[in-house]
Amino acid sequence: MKTESRKDKLQRMLRMMILIRRLEEKSAELYSATKIRGFLHLYNGEEGVAVGVMETLTPEDAVVATYREHGQALAKGIGAGAIMAEMFGKQEGCSRGRGGSMHLFDAATRFYGGNAIVGGGLPLSVGLALADKMQGKSRVTCCFFGDGAVAEGEFHESMNLASLWKLPVLFLCENNLYAMGTSIRYTQAVQELAAKGAGYGVPSAAVDGMDILAVEEAARIAAEHVRGGNGPYFLECRTYRLRPHSMFDTEQYRTRDEVEEWKKRDPIDLFIQRIKDEGIWDEAEYVAMESDVAEEIKAAVAFAEAGTMEPVEDLTRFVYAEGGRP
Amino acid sequence: MSEQPEARITTYREAVREAIREALMKDERVFLMGEDVGHYGGCYAVSKGLLAEFGPERIRDTPLSESAFVGAGIGAALGGMRPIVEVMTVNFSLLALDQILNNAATLLHMSGGQFNVPLVIRMATGAGKQLAAQHAHSLEGWYAHIPGIRVLSPATIEDARGMLWSALLNPDPVIIFENNTLYNLEGELPADAGAVDIDRARVLRHGEALTIITYSASLHKSLEAAERLALEGIEAEVIDLRTLRPLDDATYLASIAKTHRALIVDEGWRSGSISAEISARIMEQAFYDLDLPVSRLCSAEVPIPYAKHLEDAAIPQVDSIMAEARRMVRHG
Repeated sequence: MKTESRKDKLQRMLRMMILIRRLEEKSAELYSATKIRGFLHLYNGEEGVAVGVMETLTPEDAVVATYREHGQALAKGIGAGAIMAEMFGKQEGCSRGRGGSMHLFDAATRFYGGNAIVGGGLPLSVGLALADKMQGKSRVTCCFFGDGAVAEGEFHESMNLASLWKLPVLFLCENNLYAMGTSIRYTQAVQELAAKGAGYGVPSAAVDGMDILAVEEAARIAAEHVRGGNGPYFLECRTYRLRPHSMFDTEQYRTRDEVEEWKKRDPIDLFIQRIKDEGIWDEAEYVAMESDVAEEIKAAVAFAEAGTMEPVEDLTRFVYAEGGRP
Repeated sequence: MSEQPEARITTYREAVREAIREALMKDERVFLMGEDVGHYGGCYAVSKGLLAEFGPERIRDTPLSESAFVGAGIGAALGGMRPIVEVMTVNFSLLALDQILNNAATLLHMSGGQFNVPLVIRMATGAGKQLAAQHAHSLEGWYAHIPGIRVLSPATIEDARGMLWSALLNPDPVIIFENNTLYNLEGELPADAGAVDIDRARVLRHGEALTIITYSASLHKSLEAAERLALEGIEAEVIDLRTLRPLDDATYLASIAKTHRALIVDEGWRSGSISAEISARIMEQAFYDLDLPVSRLCSAEVPIPYAKHLEDAAIPQVDSIMAEARRMVRHG
């Protein structure tokens, strides 16, 4: 087996972060151009979490994500074209245009959504892990959720149940400090979210979510714990959303200065500096990478534009399964 | 000489237990989870003995976390298992409504047909045991409002025995409502009882005077009313809906074409009820078959009270069914 060089690995990770960033930028642009509608939640600033965590998962592992899931979807292996086509409402989209931005799904990569009920994906991940355990499969189910979900009963019920039954769930909290527009200091009595794992006997850790390599290291420890049959693990990644909550957010709840401060810790910039510090930065390769990513985004948009609308006669399909017993 | 297998007398409770037992034996992907299903033996003693027979991996006691264990059932179904999730009563199921509506009923559609949810949820429903306003409602009609799930209402021993396996064979989420007043119901069950059709309503009593459309515990009250009405010369046709979603329109419409009178007996609240839906469908599809307007006997619009006389007055009873049937027959 050919081992990947340090330089290649970091470049690959950087490329994925940049791909996510450029997809989000293009999505915002296409939203303004009314090609994309509905709710659109962008991942800018949190890329290090999805990419860092996904480094530690295998293609057989499952991911359950939130409505801010473009990054996880790309990193898990759903093509940018299928994601863009989904946001365009085209049947070539990864959910045939039935889901949109908040509901990306893909059976081939075991991507179980795109859940837009805060906390709603947590019980689902417990069940996926239960099925794996009962079938003797040593797979991990990684459930992404935000700090807002920690206030939901489903978080507490799911942590307890997964711990009680020693299920292979990686509970992955993306703490971006705001539940939509309300700061965590107004919603959580205990703001150190990782501390909540103790009440359920779930090993927990918190990590700087703006530092992709720190995320990867922490996620590797977490994923190995889970994969080893030791039950769930709770990892809190402290991160920040650099753009508004959605396209309708006027950001009255935080100051421009606060956002500017966090921009100094942009995970992509930090990672580039890190690669430079390691002495393996290659400016020419970076320029080529940006251009390659731009081409990929361009192709994704072209794919979405060329996509077709599902016939209205098909409206009531996929309410009940077609065909026999699966 | 072929010999019919002998029918035997059993109870609704035993029939449900046998159905669960058979499913566990026939398919290793099947398991049961819920509150008190294991060590306690089930709140209504349905799963008594199953923990000893099948062990804690397949008979799983859960914490009082309706949302988590119903959601876990959905996830396990997605992951290749065939879970039977027991929710103690329909009122408690509201704690899991997010999972049932926003996930179980929705995932297949949101995913563009990729992820179906072969999950069975069983729960107790119904008034009649003086359990008051947080244990005794009949919210089947609410659940029947939701596209993406199937709603079954076994009222007979045969259906209590057969509907579970049929539900497990279904690729979509199925909710089975067991009326708690029926668990002690005794009746005959053929020795070869097994899976039943879950698409069609059934005519349980034939008659020409009027059609009584009903389900669950009200079926038995309607049948008793019909027997007594027959002594007065009124022969009622009684239809057990069995499945509340999707509704089998054809069976009751065919009956109404013959009787020209339709009475719906429904233990759910009147406003926005399944009986309202059926009434609308009759209006849409059989208006000119009717000799007089469709009539409904429903639960009074009140939380179910504790006191026996008030609880009795809150839901349809044999006497009220008979009185309404007489009025309808005399009218036209």
